[in-house]
Amino acid sequence: MLHDKDRVFTNLYGQKDWRLAGARSRGDWDGTKDILDKGRDWIIDEMKTSGLRGRGGAGFPTGLKWSFMPKEVGARPHYLVVNADEGEPGTCKDRDIIRHDPHKLVEGCLLASFAMRAHTCYIYIRGEFIREAAHLQTAIDEAYAAGLIGKNACGSGWDFDLFLYRGAGAYICGEETALIQSLEGRKGQPRLKPPFPAGVGLYGCPTTVNNVESIAFAPTILRRGAAWFAGLGRPKNSGTKVFCISGHVERPCNVEEEMGIPLRELIEKHAGGVRGGWDNLLAIIPGGASVPVLPKSICDSVLMDFDSLRDVRSGLGTAAVMVMDKSTDIVRAITRLSKFYKHESCGQCSPCREGTGWLWRVMERMCTGHATSQEIDTLEEVTRQIEGHTICALGDAAAWPIQGLIRSFRPEMERRIAEARASARPALINESVGEADGAAA
Amino acid sequence: MPKLTIDGREVEVEAGTSILQAAEVLGIEIPRFCYHERLAIAGNCRMCMVEVANSPKPVASCAMPVSDGMVVRTNTPVVAKARRGALEFLLINHPLDCPICDQGGECDLQDETMAYGQDRGRFAENKRAVKDKDFGPLVKTTMTRCIHCTRCIRFITDVAGVPELGATGRGENMEVGTYVQKALSSELSGNIIDLCPVGALTSKPYAFTARSWELKKTESVDVLDAVGAAIRIDTRGNQVMRILPRTNDDVNEEWLSDKSRFSYDALLRQRLDRPYVRRDGKLVEASWAEAFAAIVKRLKGVSGQSIAAIAGDLADAEAMVALKDLFETLGSPHIDGRQDGAKLVGPRGSYIFNSGIAGIDAADALLLIGTNPRKEAAVLNARIRKRWLRGGLTVAAVGPKADLTYRHEDLGDDPAILAAIADGSHPFSATLAAAKRPMLIIGQGALARPDGAILLGLARKIAEATGMVSPEWNGFNVLHGAASRVAALDLGLVPGPSGHDVEGILAAAESGEIGFVYLLGADEIDMARLGKAFVVYQGHHGDAGAHRADVILPGAAYTEKNATYVNTEGRVQRTRLAVFPPGEAKEDWKILRALSEALGQKLPYDNIGEVRARMAVANPVFGGTDVLEPAPWGPFGAEGTPSSEPLVSPIDNFYMTDAISRASKTMAVCTATFVGCAHERTGTHG
Amino acid sequence: MSSSAEQSYQPASFTFTDENLIKAKAFIAKHPDGRQRSAVIPLLDLAQRQEGWVSLAAMDYLAGMLGMAPIEVYEVATFYSMFQLRPVGRYHLQVCTNLPCMLRGSADIVETCEKELGVSLGETTPDGLFTLSEVECLGACVNAPVIWIGDEYYEDLDVESVKTVIRALKRGETPKPGSQKGRSGAEPLGGQTTLLTPPAEQQNREGGA
Repeated sequence: MLHDKDRVFTNLYGQKDWRLAGARSRGDWDGTKDILDKGRDWIIDEMKTSGLRGRGGAGFPTGLKWSFMPKEVGARPHYLVVNADEGEPGTCKDRDIIRHDPHKLVEGCLLASFAMRAHTCYIYIRGEFIREAAHLQTAIDEAYAAGLIGKNACGSGWDFDLFLYRGAGAYICGEETALIQSLEGRKGQPRLKPPFPAGVGLYGCPTTVNNVESIAFAPTILRRGAAWFAGLGRPKNSGTKVFCISGHVERPCNVEEEMGIPLRELIEKHAGGVRGGWDNLLAIIPGGASVPVLPKSICDSVLMDFDSLRDVRSGLGTAAVMVMDKSTDIVRAITRLSKFYKHESCGQCSPCREGTGWLWRVMERMCTGHATSQEIDTLEEVTRQIEGHTICALGDAAAWPIQGLIRSFRPEMERRIAEARASARPALINESVGEADGAAA
Repeated sequence: MPKLTIDGREVEVEAGTSILQAAEVLGIEIPRFCYHERLAIAGNCRMCMVEVANSPKPVASCAMPVSDGMVVRTNTPVVAKARRGALEFLLINHPLDCPICDQGGECDLQDETMAYGQDRGRFAENKRAVKDKDFGPLVKTTMTRCIHCTRCIRFITDVAGVPELGATGRGENMEVGTYVQKALSSELSGNIIDLCPVGALTSKPYAFTARSWELKKTESVDVLDAVGAAIRIDTRGNQVMRILPRTNDDVNEEWLSDKSRFSYDALLRQRLDRPYVRRDGKLVEASWAEAFAAIVKRLKGVSGQSIAAIAGDLADAEAMVALKDLFETLGSPHIDGRQDGAKLVGPRGSYIFNSGIAGIDAADALLLIGTNPRKEAAVLNARIRKRWLRGGLTVAAVGPKADLTYRHEDLGDDPAILAAIADGSHPFSATLAAAKRPMLIIGQGALARPDGAILLGLARKIAEATGMVSPEWNGFNVLHGAASRVAALDLGLVPGPSGHDVEGILAAAESGEIGFVYLLGADEIDMARLGKAFVVYQGHHGDAGAHRADVILPGAAYTEKNATYVNTEGRVQRTRLAVFPPGEAKEDWKILRALSEALGQKLPYDNIGEVRARMAVANPVFGGTDVLEPAPWGPFGAEGTPSSEPLVSPIDNFYMTDAISRASKTMAVCTATFVGCAHERTGTHG
Repeated sequence: MSSSAEQSYQPASFTFTDENLIKAKAFIAKHPDGRQRSAVIPLLDLAQRQEGWVSLAAMDYLAGMLGMAPIEVYEVATFYSMFQLRPVGRYHLQVCTNLPCMLRGSADIVETCEKELGVSLGETTPDGLFTLSEVECLGACVNAPVIWIGDEYYEDLDVESVKTVIRALKRGETPKPGSQKGRSGAEPLGGQTTLLTPPAEQQNREGGA
């Protein structure tokens, strides 16, 4: 188990002072200038060596991403954009970093921006996080006032502006190009790639978009050294991670743990175990709404990191662990996610715009069994028709939970269909009688 | 240049080309809905997916630039499945109302479903219903059919430059529309009907009047402005059912203005379909023989000095050369093809759009003089906007304040500014002089005024002083409003020695010096000034000229004759007969030829080939069609100080500028909608 | 959405208050010159804070202020779910019903709200005081179920605490936001398993490993 001394987010629960004084007492802003003085190449190399993979869901190596930015600043300025549009169902880690440890993020913004030659950084925070945005703005103001950012940030000679931007309710803005569109004052509709943001991003300029948690890790990694971070977790899945454990556990919580911790250990050690005991477990969605659900048999032994979960055809995603015990209507649960994707589809490309609504409507019938078993195949095919055919990954995200459901719980779907069929005839009679009555009244 | 392989065939294309375009080079058709070569890339329909080696997912070919060594396949099971899938998604919420849809038979969704779709649906839920929008009198909406390709939005926003359309809401609730009830105010709005790949946007005037497969298609050119847009006239029986643009990259690309597209209902209204003769103050129906007899009687023993002819805005070149020949034969020097009084005469370079419309693409500085091209030549204006959007074009205007759809410096409407630009004292002269391809566009708002010749002279000075005229570039451009005007000037329909121009003819008619005036489709002059003159009106619509006439000779509209027009660029083009003239109406040159015989002065041509040969003698430009030759340049215009009268545009109502558009009910509704009821019957010249 | 455009409740005009105009300028100033339309989302939010919802007049006003075509503002306003394009109650109760909240009883929360307020999801009470809506994931899943009211989240709810919150609002009081079970954040209730060592020992200064 991870020791407290290796935890990065030491005020994760907000029990201590989140403002600058408190942050400093926890080690933030300590020797930031020294880190800057080591230079961009050192910073990026260190990030690469640490093995930090993006904490927003896709798990792309952060240091490598930073290295994609042009090496020289041309006519177009560089931008860092921090993705604080946390909205993946089950996920509430960035929220706690922002409201309880905002200076880690602010300091990370400076270091990352400097490494990528960006004088300006925008943090795009979801609009609903009103109090969280207020904390972050306070932290930014404090950092400006203390000379940590702004002109000659930390006395490093580097000018750095940090702006907070509030979104207004659109899950899709968590997609990096949709976020950029939104930041430019447009609808959050993802852009076609290529060009990629590192070439043509915000205002047509080279831009890197990073998740809050990734950026907030940077100062500690650079202070304690890449080797320390890389020494935690497993190869290619290094470091620590904030896990969000929700649903049917005794004590839902966020917790920073080592990557690769067994799922069962994570839940039992920190969240008080599954409600009614491990054997009462039905299934777990291990990485936020977008990743396929895992039946208990896999949950028994799977490790919580990118590669382990990929190997069981799911994903670490945002490490939002949604636990469902045996009382759960699993079809209804996945249907709720389908409704979410239908609601959040931006509407731009046809497979997602039309397909997410189709999936949800069929899923609604699957809940009651008013479907045929052939339709399960059709449903699966429709998810394949969406997956990989859309402009952004929302189409994939809408497809995967249903694919996971069919893969692991097809018998349950079939059972409902059979049950509904068995009771169909009387039900139809009742319905028509009811309708006739209604009409008469 | 990157070289790639598509379906096993190698092709080398310019960097930046998309896979879809590269495939087109090889003649490999990739189906698409949202992609359109003249619009920004949207990449949203997902129909054009192809397989690219080493790419785990199929790729949208419209949005993916080629790279060297790329291996693309468009005929694999993965591609077929992707197309089938995209079609299925587009169809699940698309109504199956093809039998009552005007797009039926020319619907991309229908065609591609036949080619790539499946034969049955798997969607068992209720289809989405979307409320129709009211886009005004021209574009009919059936929004349930919309497949959200956003072509219409991109056209209206980017090409037309009138951002009124958008997609509001999101996901499956996203709707294309104006959000607040609003008629589309662009002069180019009809083009979104052509662009719509389904039946969501159809033509309101055409609604339910014909099926596309019943129509005979005749390729022709438009004459309702001087752009000379390529059009296709769709007819059923002897009726024009609709008019669509054809592609001509040099002229209209593939756009058409709303006036040109939607005025066709006028071809059945207020038509002069038989001769009339005024008897006891009233026009009564007559035979051709009676009408000619009345003219012959009136002209008997009359001196050529007391007769005159004016050619109007829609007159074709064949008729004009016949008119000129006839009046020369009759000994009259009083002939004018510039009914608006434009002070244009001189070398060809002084009265045409020398750079060509396509030349706009190369311009980097532009001075507009007395013109509002948005109203006078909407399609040409879109070309300026396109050039401006690309960046690096500076535009300034001396003339009326107007929203031209591109940013421009409004230098004021005082003609004195032109003198300042000409003598280099105005800052914009430096801009022009510094430009590589400087251009000016002078409109009839500057030329058709008493001091027009002075303004023309100033424009020439500006052109010469700022390096607009060189062997490889001529940026001196005259923008005409009338389809007939350049041909009239090419054929010399200007007063002979001691002859009167339009103003002179009117003055002489008022004073009684001229007692006979022949109006070849001339409706825009002040008929009250014709005094007691005997007026013959030859034309196709019962407009101002016909009301004043003593004899009416029914001619053919542009859809009813094989005739020659020369557009503002000096491009010789031909209309084609799509339907026959109504009733006893005839092709116009034939009327003049017949009249000449009745007058005992038979014109020396018996068929259209001979007329055209005669035209080519009058001016060699008529020797060919659709070519632009550099035009002769030389001194023209007048010296002097222009009056301080502000420069105005000749058009205040785009929708009604000539006898045809004034007779159109559709244009009347547009006028009421967009211009205001007060203007309903006023037309071009007030 | 679009149906709200031509309704009688649309005010004839809109302008920012002097105070909000200053804020608006500050929002615009966060972006490079010529990129003022970036501020459209914050400004729509500001307009919503001023008039309680976003009227057509406000959108047209912002279009003028930011040099956008009105349709571009309509597109943005209709895209983002936080913008209310018709009037809503003074208290807008937005109940998350997404999976983590659903697993922790959001259906009961919705039912309790409906009973307490006498309206269904999507409706406003006749006195115009409360609007009840369903909302997608609010990002506080570990503290589910959650209701969002005004600027505050109410977390760790159950049937009783929802009633308490609503009744307080009805009395014109401001119920204490955040966890209704006394959590300061997303720590496990009743027994923290991490961050137990005193701060001095858990500092991650250099060379810690």
